[in-house]
Amino acid sequence: WDETHFGKMGSYYVNRTFFFDVHPPLGKMLIGLAGYLSGYDGTFPFQKPGDRYEQHNYVGMRGFCAFLGSCLVPFAYLTVLELSKSLPAALLTAFILIFDTGCITLSQYILLDPILMFFLMGAVLSMVKCNSCANSPFSASWWFWLSLTGVNLAGAMGVKFVGLFVVLLVGLNTIYDLWDLLGNLSLSLVVFGKHLLARVLCLILLPLALYTAMFAVHFTVLNKSGPGDGFFSSAFQARLIGNNLHNVSIPEHLAYGSVVTMKNLQMAGGYLHSHWHLYPEGVGARQQQVTAYLHKDLNNLWIIKKHDSDTDLSDPSRPVEFVRHGDIIRLEHKETSRNLHSHQHEAPLTRKHFQVTGYGINGTGDSNDFWRIEVVGRKAGKLIKVLRSQVRLTHVATGCILGSSGKTLPKWGWEQVEVTCTPYLKETPNSLWNFEDHINPKLPNISLDVLKPSFAEILLESHMVMIRGNSGLKPKDNEVTSKPWHWPINYQGLRFSGVNETDYRVYLLGNPVIWWLNLVTMGLYLLVAVSTAVTLKRGVQLTSELKELSRVVLRGGGQIMLGWLLHYLPFFMMGRVLYFHHYFPAMLFSSMLTGITWDTLLKFCAGFLSPSTTARKVYGGGFLALVLLILYSFYLFHPLSYGMIGPMASDPSSPMAGLRWMDSWEF
Amino acid sequence: MLGFLKNPVVVTVEINMNLVALTVMGLISRLWGLSYPRAVVFDEVYYGQFVSLYMKRIFFVDDSGPPFGHMLLALGGYLGGFDGNFLWNRIGAEYSMNVPVWSLRLLPALAGALCVPLAYQILVELQFSHCAALGAALLILLENSLITQSRFMLLESILIFFILLAVLSYLKFYNSQRHSSFSGSWWFWLLLTGVACSCAVGVKYMGLFTYMLLLAIAGLHFWHMIGDQNFSNVSLVCHFLARGLALVIIPMAVYLSFFYVHLTLLYRSGPHDQIMTSAFQASLEGGLARITQGQPLEVAYGSQITLRNVLGKPVQCWLHSHMNTYPIRYENGRGSSHQQQVTCYPFKDVNNWWIVKDPGMQQLVVSNPPRPVKHGHIVQLVHGITTRYLNTHDVAAPLSPHSQEVSCYIDYNISMPAQNLWRVEIVNRQSDTDVWKTILSEVRFVHVNTSAVLKASGFIGASLPEWGYRQLEVVGEKLSKGYHQSTVWNVEEHRYGKSQEQKEREVELHSPTQMDISKNLSFMAKFTELQWKILTLKNEDTEHKYSSSALDWITMDTNIAYWLHPTSGAQIHLLGNVVTWGSANVAALVYTCLSLWYLIRRRRKIYDIPEDAWQLWVSAGGICVGGWAVNYLPFFLMEKTLFLYHYLPALTFQILLIPIVLQHLGNHLCRSLLLKSMFSALIVAWFSSVYLVYCTFSPLTYGEPSLSVTELKDLRWKDSWNILIRKQ
Repeated sequence: WDETHFGKMGSYYVNRTFFFDVHPPLGKMLIGLAGYLSGYDGTFPFQKPGDRYEQHNYVGMRGFCAFLGSCLVPFAYLTVLELSKSLPAALLTAFILIFDTGCITLSQYILLDPILMFFLMGAVLSMVKCNSCANSPFSASWWFWLSLTGVNLAGAMGVKFVGLFVVLLVGLNTIYDLWDLLGNLSLSLVVFGKHLLARVLCLILLPLALYTAMFAVHFTVLNKSGPGDGFFSSAFQARLIGNNLHNVSIPEHLAYGSVVTMKNLQMAGGYLHSHWHLYPEGVGARQQQVTAYLHKDLNNLWIIKKHDSDTDLSDPSRPVEFVRHGDIIRLEHKETSRNLHSHQHEAPLTRKHFQVTGYGINGTGDSNDFWRIEVVGRKAGKLIKVLRSQVRLTHVATGCILGSSGKTLPKWGWEQVEVTCTPYLKETPNSLWNFEDHINPKLPNISLDVLKPSFAEILLESHMVMIRGNSGLKPKDNEVTSKPWHWPINYQGLRFSGVNETDYRVYLLGNPVIWWLNLVTMGLYLLVAVSTAVTLKRGVQLTSELKELSRVVLRGGGQIMLGWLLHYLPFFMMGRVLYFHHYFPAMLFSSMLTGITWDTLLKFCAGFLSPSTTARKVYGGGFLALVLLILYSFYLFHPLSYGMIGPMASDPSSPMAGLRWMDSWEF
Repeated sequence: MLGFLKNPVVVTVEINMNLVALTVMGLISRLWGLSYPRAVVFDEVYYGQFVSLYMKRIFFVDDSGPPFGHMLLALGGYLGGFDGNFLWNRIGAEYSMNVPVWSLRLLPALAGALCVPLAYQILVELQFSHCAALGAALLILLENSLITQSRFMLLESILIFFILLAVLSYLKFYNSQRHSSFSGSWWFWLLLTGVACSCAVGVKYMGLFTYMLLLAIAGLHFWHMIGDQNFSNVSLVCHFLARGLALVIIPMAVYLSFFYVHLTLLYRSGPHDQIMTSAFQASLEGGLARITQGQPLEVAYGSQITLRNVLGKPVQCWLHSHMNTYPIRYENGRGSSHQQQVTCYPFKDVNNWWIVKDPGMQQLVVSNPPRPVKHGHIVQLVHGITTRYLNTHDVAAPLSPHSQEVSCYIDYNISMPAQNLWRVEIVNRQSDTDVWKTILSEVRFVHVNTSAVLKASGFIGASLPEWGYRQLEVVGEKLSKGYHQSTVWNVEEHRYGKSQEQKEREVELHSPTQMDISKNLSFMAKFTELQWKILTLKNEDTEHKYSSSALDWITMDTNIAYWLHPTSGAQIHLLGNVVTWGSANVAALVYTCLSLWYLIRRRRKIYDIPEDAWQLWVSAGGICVGGWAVNYLPFFLMEKTLFLYHYLPALTFQILLIPIVLQHLGNHLCRSLLLKSMFSALIVAWFSSVYLVYCTFSPLTYGEPSLSVTELKDLRWKDSWNILIRKQ
């Protein structure tokens, strides 16, 4: 399943070819490292799910992920122990995580999620540890846990952007902490300043430094040209060995008759592109589409012609004539021989702009094909440099400027990016272009040392590209996707491998008993928390034991609950394609909450039955029942994660048929 | 009883002349020349069609919001005696004589005018000085964008009115809480809060944000009451229940009642019928009800039926077949079974009729007594006109190669046996022995041999090429992922077949169905369906010429041209008072910074301002900054097309903040007398600039007088404003 994706990226690291992915690089780098250390040579193609690994050495990568996945259990155990000071609560949480089929399945394969969850739990654990060191600030262990929190935050952010939520959690917790310290009048402002500085250093500067370092490694390791080039600007590509822009040698000045590609200057801008398809009916004039396209393609080639003469410019006897700033030119699409054209029709998506089309036959069009070429910050008559000049194309007839709006066209436009002619004369990178490829046999090739971009520029650019890519992952029309409300109720799993009856099938689905227990506990927790809060607010006098319990419920449970909310609610607002496994970080929090809540609940109950022996019996019995329940359900559902062979569960003869409690499960 | 004999009856009336004056000014500014221009202005073209439909009692679905706002607009039309005969098709079209323009625009204008005294009252209730309150009211009065928006048949001014009313009544309630709980006026204001909230939500879903804010504030206040030891537990519970009743239950009931009125008023079938389920359509007069009235309820073996796909997207369609076969080879070279096409056809047609047949018997008529088909039964479906059997097999479908082709079986004597057994699964069954019912039952057909499910492809572009007459594709879905509406069908037209012979049957199929049983949906069922449709219906959000992004609104980088005179340069724009917008932003900024400063200082036990001033500052900010935030920030997360007028509710709250901040600055930061008088002078100067800008832009607000080209060019203060200038 997704192993094809991340495994492939691991191989890219081993081979040092550049690629593009919507997630930050740390997770894939670690996978690549694990593969490298365990002797994987990066040659397995990872073409489609279900391919056999044959002789390739993949165990290292899987083992690495599985190891990180199993670290979650001790992390959760320690966190709960720290928050509740109760061994049974911590044990219960650990049991839940050990025996949850979903967690097992997810951490067995080459995926980013175990790595993400590792860092996430690490951050939570060290945050909690740091809080309990609050009595001895600036001690060695305090510094240790504080900086460890920072390191883990950087790690979580570096694997997936979902790590942002744990950053938020830690941030809120720190603000709460600082607010507490500020109200403490026994601390002078200088001491408070120290606290503030320490946190800024460890939780903001340190993670940022690590995060940038990560990208630095990423860019140094990947120095060969690969499949991700087209997403980046010309300057960026020039860094990559093997790219046609690396140590490039092309004619330096633009001349009439040259064949060129034009790249939009905005971050992740595409090449000016056209193809043999017309705009559909109802979208402006029914002429040939002009789009911006992120990949390199023959349809990106354009020929520069004079606006008034149609003579054959490739005639070798004619002298070369350079294009100058302020000239009026015509751009002819090489493959279809149509001219770049604009007119006063609405653009397909950005209705305020004009439509841009390909018009004319074999290069003859009309006066709407004329564009004035201008270089930013240059005087008339100067030559135009390939790659370096930032060029603006002004439509002569309407005075609008050629630009790319950055919006993705619907199906009819092959999901390429819209190109429009904007009547507003704003200076934005959207309406600036540069010439990238330049072919003109009559001109001498000159080795050009393109301005190498600085590290900060590359960093910014790659982030823009990632964000763009992430928001581009929209569900298609009518595609059945997983909805966030499906997740906590374990509505539908994810097929990891194997479709047919004879295949070895793995199905990602949480252990339903555990998940539903978590869900019920969430409700119970809210009930307990609200009643405790009201009791405290009413000023009821409590015994010291109960006071301690209520502190655990409100402070400890509150932190965990906040974590769950932060890792779950934002998904409701995301427009991108969502999968079941996005819920697992939130599930970790909800498991910890289960441990804490049941512990307190049983203690409350035991507290009412005053004789200490019965109290202990109720308490112990309750725990035993829960643990046994979890164990038994694991026994029932373990084939889900360790793989099953045989008829599908929808077939009543299958051994799993009895376990198909919901119609939506498909194992 | 007879007390008046001893003491005279005295009526003392206290009239706040400020309030009266403000109301009159508000009325003048909003109502002046209301029926000019006598042409369709901007979104009137959108709301107008609904008013017309109300007048004609024709059912419609509008996905932009609940019906209360539309109903209020329609009320204006009703009072003006509008008959609904006007074609709302073009902005700028001249109104015909039968359209009562003045009364259609009256209600929004009144609501807009009443916002002025409401603003005054809110500031008074927040315990700010009358001077500050007057300032707030005047700022609202002179805000060009609010004036423009309330002078036409649009909903924002009504929404703002209800929002402000809700806030005001909550404040009144809260202030009366201190001395007289559970008194008459206490109850009145509490209930009014709830009703105003639900009215706001009923006009536009945006009202939900303010409702949530008020709920949160009420919750916070109640939380403080819990901590107050003066209240007994019982009285706390009473308070809690009263609030729950007035702020949760009554709003819900009022909201439901909007839909009740809506559905009672609109009982005729109309253009949006097809979005709704067959059962809903059958409850409307005309349309489907005319056909389905009096059909037999239970589908039996031998029944003649039409099957409608429940999804209804992109168009509603019925299971269909015709004489033509699938081409042997498709354009891309794949092969087909070359059997008879089965499609989903968006129009009523005699070829949509199918006969339910018992696989064990030959006959195609209903026996006496009829044997009903139940959940889990296995049936064959016979196409009425061609008498071929519905069939699917392991051949790739024409457009979705991952699914099975569905055909009507033709025996070519090759190794492709007929596989025409289907199991009927009723999706919305109560028990496993349910009978398949016309219209009401939602059914899946599961193929017995391959367990594929009959499905209409249902994505845009699922129409077959020329050979399939552009009808929609039907496939057998092998991997059915749970429940999806495209795999569910319901019987729409139905009759018991009587004819034995094919010739007779064809005649019978062409004749209309007629028998009688009537089915009616309960109000709650209709409400749930309509509500769900309103929430899930999605128009394709193509960008509008005047749409803008939420970030443009704070700085007013955008405007909307509402109307342009056909010949002269007179035009109306939604364009705010630049000075007011700028100062509102500054006020919000100052408020936030000052609050943070005070908060941190108070944490260190340094008190810059007296405690009661601090309380005032916090509660005023909670409402104004909170109201601004909840009405503005959510737009960053929305993916629909946004317009400048979406910002107006937030802007109203932000404007209320200006006098609050000014008064605070004047009272607490200007310590010396000299500073104070300088401050007052500044305020006067600033106020006159607000008035000047109002006057400057009023030609664009009222559409009169018409301006020359140079004057228009002078008004284009920002490059991004789109002021229409005629080419000479």
